[in-house]
Amino acid sequence: MTDHFNKLTSKDFMSDQDIRWCPGCGDYSILANIQRVMPELGVPRENFVFVSGIGCSSRFPYYMNTYGFHTIHGRAPAFATGIKASRPDLSVWVVTGDGDGLSIGGNHMLHTIRRNVDIQILLFNNRVYGLTKGQYSPTSQIGMRTASSPDGSIDHPVDPLAFALGAGATFVARAIDVDGAHLQQLLRRAYNHPGTALIEILQNCPVYNDNEWLELEDRKSRTDAALILEDGEPLVFGSEDNRRGIGFHGGIAQVIELEKGQDPIAAGVAVHNERYQTPAYAFALASLKRPDFPLPIGVFRAVETATYDALLQGQVAGAVVKRGAGSLHDLLHSGDTWTVEEG
Amino acid sequence: MSPTGPTKTVQQIESVAIRFTGDSGDGMQLTGTKFTESTAIAGNELATLPDYPAEIRAPIGTLAGVSGFQIHFSSKSVRTPADHPDVLVAFNPAALRANIDDVRPNGMVIVNSDSFTAKNLKRAGYAEDPIPSLRDRYTVVDIPITRLNRESLKDLDISTRDADRCKNFFALGLMYWLYHRPVESTERWLESRFTGSVLEANLRVLRAGYAFGETTELLPVSYIVPKAKIQPGVYRNITGNKALAWGIVAAGEQMQTDVFLGAYPITPASDVLHEVARYRHFGVKTFQAEDEIAAVCAAIGASFAGELGVTTTSGPGFVLKQEALGLAIMAELPLVVIDVQRAGPSTGMPTKIEQADLLLALYGRNSDSPIPVIAAMSPGDCFYTVLEAFSWAVKYMTPVVVLSNGHLANSSEPWRIPDVDSLPRPQVQYRTDPANFQPYARNPETLARPWAIPGTPGLEHRIGGLAKDQNTGNVSYDPQNNERMIRLRAEKVARIAADIPPIEINGSENAELLVVGWGGTYGAIVSAVEAARQNGRSVSSIHLRHLNPFPSNLESILRRFDKILVPELNQGQLVRLLRAEFLVPAVAMNKVRGQPFLIEEICARIDEMLSEEAPR
Repeated sequence: MTDHFNKLTSKDFMSDQDIRWCPGCGDYSILANIQRVMPELGVPRENFVFVSGIGCSSRFPYYMNTYGFHTIHGRAPAFATGIKASRPDLSVWVVTGDGDGLSIGGNHMLHTIRRNVDIQILLFNNRVYGLTKGQYSPTSQIGMRTASSPDGSIDHPVDPLAFALGAGATFVARAIDVDGAHLQQLLRRAYNHPGTALIEILQNCPVYNDNEWLELEDRKSRTDAALILEDGEPLVFGSEDNRRGIGFHGGIAQVIELEKGQDPIAAGVAVHNERYQTPAYAFALASLKRPDFPLPIGVFRAVETATYDALLQGQVAGAVVKRGAGSLHDLLHSGDTWTVEEG
Repeated sequence: MSPTGPTKTVQQIESVAIRFTGDSGDGMQLTGTKFTESTAIAGNELATLPDYPAEIRAPIGTLAGVSGFQIHFSSKSVRTPADHPDVLVAFNPAALRANIDDVRPNGMVIVNSDSFTAKNLKRAGYAEDPIPSLRDRYTVVDIPITRLNRESLKDLDISTRDADRCKNFFALGLMYWLYHRPVESTERWLESRFTGSVLEANLRVLRAGYAFGETTELLPVSYIVPKAKIQPGVYRNITGNKALAWGIVAAGEQMQTDVFLGAYPITPASDVLHEVARYRHFGVKTFQAEDEIAAVCAAIGASFAGELGVTTTSGPGFVLKQEALGLAIMAELPLVVIDVQRAGPSTGMPTKIEQADLLLALYGRNSDSPIPVIAAMSPGDCFYTVLEAFSWAVKYMTPVVVLSNGHLANSSEPWRIPDVDSLPRPQVQYRTDPANFQPYARNPETLARPWAIPGTPGLEHRIGGLAKDQNTGNVSYDPQNNERMIRLRAEKVARIAADIPPIEINGSENAELLVVGWGGTYGAIVSAVEAARQNGRSVSSIHLRHLNPFPSNLESILRRFDKILVPELNQGQLVRLLRAEFLVPAVAMNKVRGQPFLIEEICARIDEMLSEEAPR
């Protein structure tokens, strides 16, 4: 009740429900960081809505003391579209996973992104189905042995960010579950972005796909394994004594070795720019894969264009201005009518 | 214009059914629609049935491309488009071939003789000109419509192709003369639609067709169908789909709440989306989703957020929505789902008629997922059905299914426009008080849970598809709780029966046979029952608009009758429900040809039932 008058804290966003994720699950860290960021956004708690589908990640709304809707498998973006289109005043967050969001829900992901509905989509990618006990997912690597792929997966994986960019995503970012400070930064950016903001969060499943992202989660190996994106800064990674950069020649990415103290830009290293209108550059970044390249972490693309919900509200408001508020009586009597008299 | 020349006879008749047929490019739907408007203004009761091919443009002149529009009008009551047309207007040999068998014996057949070329006869599959042999059975009037039409436009600066496109209005003018219909409404419509030479051409051929009727010796008689006795009021024509769309708009207005329609294009429901999309100035939002599933999910999202969520579809799309409907049942959110049924199974015959989604609506989801179902009985009734569905949805916090069908969707009837002030104004109440708020605490009378929408301070809560504690709504795997919740949801739907008016029997409650119908077969059943009664049969009928829950007096009515006949355009769905629910000896009568019942078919079955021994 006092939410309006007192500053909210992360505690205000914790629900009274026991958390049922496995010990060591990456979701705990993500939840804690989201609960930390929420009070800073200046949104009344009652205006937050968390929407999810089915899967481990989709339990998320139960643990947030906000409005929440745990829906059906893969369809969370469609529910979120209906919520945001009818109530643009709400801050709508979709929590999904690689199976929920890219397999059964791939179609809704595609269309929600292309419409640029002003919502945040947090896609927890652990490259496995957890809740159904460990089958390969659409982001699992070729050859992954699971209960449903005893001879190894023969599915070529989809990259969530390349997929999103292909759909015309205006905001695309990648974060690591255990790097809280960076994740919080991206959550704030995503909230402030008008339009669909997709964050792929690399998340560890300790039970069915443990250590899938270890080299990125571990601070020491992250220096070489991750390319931290900073807008306006060169694409440089690696430790002080083994600094390298990424350059593009003819659109093809290359690792450029850098001497100590060498100016990376002069050496041909590309400078990161989130605001290219063409998605080609961000797509090239999304195609950087381990082990040949470092995995880019941070904001790939952030461009602005009209949002679906604003356009829809604009059409409604415009129609009222143009035609006046609708009258049911006039509608029913529109076109040809005739009167039958008494007798 | 004077309707008759000096040598012509005028004959008064009670009713007539005309079928306009031609290639799908010949403008038959428009011709029929305009004739219908004029007939309504002339004060007759009427019913119509458009019949168009599934292909947008089938090869010209083929049977697959034949489009038809039937209108039945009368000085007495009319409830169906009539079993057999009295008059067939055929613009080409294919149209003749596809329709001639339906024409009543000794009926009139008006053909465009110019189109009976060797090429067109071949396209229609005729080895020789069929006209001579038809003269034995029908009054054939062959008119060179194409030539007469071109002649009347010969001094106008217009291409032959454009001139030929007007020829349906030549025929329309002729039919206006033949049945003493007013021409003015069509002229006004043309003036509002066209300008310049196109307007001039259409007006001219319309009058030329009329004048041709006056002068030709081919048609010695014209007909007057006197005005019907009709309840006073302001009327308009309305199709079922338009009535559904206006019902959606009206619900938002009457309930003072914005409407959100999520839909995916599907025949024959798409027109509802098109129509509603025109009314943004009512605050109505339409969302053309990426698929049927997203359409219903977005609508549920809008309902969760406090708007009136609605989704429109047909059979194949209705199937795809079932999982989401299960969620709406579990989350107990208001939602209206409109299924404009079509002939199936699978893709089936999308433009044809059936009423076979009743069991899908009732039982199409996993586990016990009760959902209220209302079925419209006439095009105009679609309007009231939607309003009723919204009022239930909000009062009882439940999704509600509305069943229409392709027949109601596209056929039109004169509709007495309701006084807006007389329409119900169901209350929408959101919970705002955080004191003792529990998401699943129920209204003791309706068993509805509160509608607590995002943005309301202190009511933050989580809902979803997992089993819920009966008060807090928290996830619960407690066995007792689950059974209690399943019973509560069923009881909630059952209690809606309190809002359903008792059914009235058409006829005597002591008749030997009761005919039970539901949905769009109302007109055919009542017409058949009345015809049978005139023939001395002891038969009554009831019609169910409410399929779940049933009206509370249904059982007592059923028990009054020794024999019960249930005609349905499916393989026996309502009949199963009646037998299972009430253990009554109801007998099925089924038809699944993609066509409505003929009155004579039901009459024949009634005769058969009443000449049988009483069931043991």
